[in-house]
Amino acid sequence: MRDKVAFAGIGTTRYGSFPESDSYGLGCEALNMALDDCGLKPSDIDGLIVSRIPSYERFAETMGINPQFCLLTETAGRFSGVSMALAANALYSGAAKYVALVYGNNGRSVRVRYGGGDSQWSPWGMTSPGAIHSMMWRRHMHEFGTTHADLGPVATAFRHHACLNPDAVMHGRPITLEDHAKARPICEPLQLLDYCLINDGAVAWIMTTAERAKDLKRPPVLLSGYARQDNFTYRATPASDFWHGNLSATRSVYDRAGIGQADIQGLGIYDNFSPTVMFSLEGLGFCKQGESGDFVKGGTLQLGTGRWPTNTSGGHLSDSYMQGWGIIAECVRQLRDDCGARQIPNAQAMQYICATNIAQSAILRRAA
Amino acid sequence: MSLDTRPKPVIDNWNRPFWEAAKQDKLVLQKCRDTGQCFFPPAPVSPFTGKPHWDWIEASGKGELWSWVVFHQSYFEGMRDELPYPVGMVKLDEGPFLLTNLWDVDKDAVQIGMRLSVRFPGGPGDLVLPQFGPEA
Repeated sequence: MRDKVAFAGIGTTRYGSFPESDSYGLGCEALNMALDDCGLKPSDIDGLIVSRIPSYERFAETMGINPQFCLLTETAGRFSGVSMALAANALYSGAAKYVALVYGNNGRSVRVRYGGGDSQWSPWGMTSPGAIHSMMWRRHMHEFGTTHADLGPVATAFRHHACLNPDAVMHGRPITLEDHAKARPICEPLQLLDYCLINDGAVAWIMTTAERAKDLKRPPVLLSGYARQDNFTYRATPASDFWHGNLSATRSVYDRAGIGQADIQGLGIYDNFSPTVMFSLEGLGFCKQGESGDFVKGGTLQLGTGRWPTNTSGGHLSDSYMQGWGIIAECVRQLRDDCGARQIPNAQAMQYICATNIAQSAILRRAA
Repeated sequence: MSLDTRPKPVIDNWNRPFWEAAKQDKLVLQKCRDTGQCFFPPAPVSPFTGKPHWDWIEASGKGELWSWVVFHQSYFEGMRDELPYPVGMVKLDEGPFLLTNLWDVDKDAVQIGMRLSVRFPGGPGDLVLPQFGPEA
């Protein structure tokens, strides 16, 4: 399926707290932006994937879309990449010609909490995705000699990018390594600046075949390769292998895309918490397992400083918590030279990585 | 600190024997009859074979600390007065991991790899929450 499917249109709303709207309102706003971006109308859309918006039926009727391929995907962030792959398969097989993928999140204004509630481990007070990652990072520190301070260059690089991005929630609020070190603890060893934001917003992508994308308004960005490996062995506890096994399996993305690391200019890494960036870099082989602390030191992930500018919008930590949807949108924008002050010079290919029990990686590139 | 106000476990058909055993100060696990391996959380089939061939066994109640965290954020009203509280991930000698609180362990003395053993100090209502502290 190499280079057969393309991103044709991108829409991202403003980010913040919008109690006057909801995930439907925000989703419609993002979809209209994406349609305008590529020059299509709602009636052109014959495939629809909706995520974190409660009902695909309500969303489809709201936008007047009557597709031949339609589904709702689970709200977990790993489903941004899964949704992308489902759309690509539908386009490649001919099940749809133009797929709109719409994610809407009003978690800020309805005060969604990530933790609490009944679960396997709630009687012991164990809850929240942050605690799972904190447990894993403490173990990583023990096994490999990494430290909490090793996460600092991740947080500061992404905040630096947010300060270059006028649309980022944390625009204009720079941080230092010392700020990272002294932030209040949430679930030790992780602290506030290791956690992603919670904000409202929406993202929409229009995907189509590479052939059809040529006739639309904007230069197509091709999905060159995608790889996924699940590992549900540790569903109920933090992953005792840091997902290194299933992440390593997604290195097949390079063969699938026909593009190696040397030919990639920037990364988009799912950063719900700063340690996932480290697990991703180790899992995809940017450095050896255990060496991510040394790897990110000195600004490796920072635009203008390092070889691997990552999450140039600011990511989930400092731009917007759009659960991978916004990070993939940023990869597309880099490949269309849309990024202004945060543009990676001569960006030809970008890689997306998501470290979870559904480990995934994708490589996007400019159409020739 | 009181275990009386802890969140109650979600009890289902598969884990009910675990919670009943805890009331008797026993830690029990399912053991796969075909592979001899134990697994947790309780399930209808062995994850090693997919078959419903397993028995409940009484575990040794011993293991080592794999990792640990300290919660500063309040997620459960009934645990607010325990903040900040520790949660440890224990690798039982039988293989499975359990998440538990660290009982009678000074924060400064916590070390990954330390030997731990189970105790049954109480819980919400008539339920008992297994806890782990320094190996007895």
